[in-house]
Amino acid sequence: MDKKSSTRQQATPPERPARTFDEDQMQRYSRHIVLPEIGGIGQRSLLDGKVLIVGAGGLGSPLVLYLAAAGVGRLGIVDSDVVELSNLQRQVVHRTADVGRAKAEVAAEAARLLNPDVVAMPYAERLTSANALGVIAGYDVVVDASDNFPTRYLVNDACVLLGKPLVYGAVYRFDGQVSVFAPGQGCYRCLFPRPPEPGMIPSCAEGGVLGALPGVIGTIQAMEVLKILLGKGQTLAGRLLAFDGLSTEFRELSYVRDPDCPVCGDRPSVTEPIDYEAFCGLGAAATGR
Amino acid sequence: MDLTGEVCPMTFVKTKLALEGMAPGQVLRVILDFAEAVESVPRSARNEGHRVLGVVQTEDNQWTVLIRRG
Ligand SMILES: [Zn+2]
Repeated sequence: MDKKSSTRQQATPPERPARTFDEDQMQRYSRHIVLPEIGGIGQRSLLDGKVLIVGAGGLGSPLVLYLAAAGVGRLGIVDSDVVELSNLQRQVVHRTADVGRAKAEVAAEAARLLNPDVVAMPYAERLTSANALGVIAGYDVVVDASDNFPTRYLVNDACVLLGKPLVYGAVYRFDGQVSVFAPGQGCYRCLFPRPPEPGMIPSCAEGGVLGALPGVIGTIQAMEVLKILLGKGQTLAGRLLAFDGLSTEFRELSYVRDPDCPVCGDRPSVTEPIDYEAFCGLGAAATGR
Repeated sequence: MDLTGEVCPMTFVKTKLALEGMAPGQVLRVILDFAEAVESVPRSARNEGHRVLGVVQTEDNQWTVLIRRG
């Protein structure tokens, strides 16, 4: 085993890490490597994996931490917001001293500090119809950890157009939902064809959410990402998992691709990314819309 | 492969990585001095479809395990 040669080749950060594991990596990933389903080969798939996390809030927090810890080699983190005091009740990747800093930057820093094998790329900007395809194209798996409908529909449409698997999650009060939209097996619009009318949904700030709930849902999303990268197990493709946090009950709803879906159907009407109006009433007012 | 000084689970981690890098049918020779690993490494190797050819105590506190890549 030539451990020496692998430590010497680190003048430029490698796009792909060296094929062998160094001593630290063998220890760091030992609980993965011993699993029959993973081994060194699976761990290498994780290190070669590129995952885009859209949203560095409540759902994004466990995603960033668990995916970085697992050794997912490249993490893109999109969030245009700055950390606010009211975020800290559930967005555990941020700390009190981070208030006022860009969430994407804080989350990327947390990923690097947790695991130096991870190349974390912050995008402190909003995903729009202009940049969505360009950003998403560079990743293998996309995670919807956003908190608003315009982003949710945009990410869904862009993933369908690019043929990328999308790991969807959403939380509200005590309830959560999670699914995997695998290419050809249905998408968010197969379930919810059009965004709700503005004013039909309570604003984000009014909604409220129990602090640990995004931890539950975001962690399930992280599980699904790892399984997709490993190619092991059965993902939530074709199944919407709903969590009732007050009664601690999971329910499952099966779905299939809708041939009439506006984006992944047989005759799609959505053929390029679209910007939707911001729906979150209070949030929109607060940003001066 | 000399794994003296290594304890669980690193004994199996390193054995497994070495086996993954070999062709099926090739034989890996592992030297261990951690008593528990003398049981656990062959058991784990069998679980993953490899064939344990033999375990030999070579010194007071040292064992050699021969594993054929499955
Ligand atoms: Zn669809």
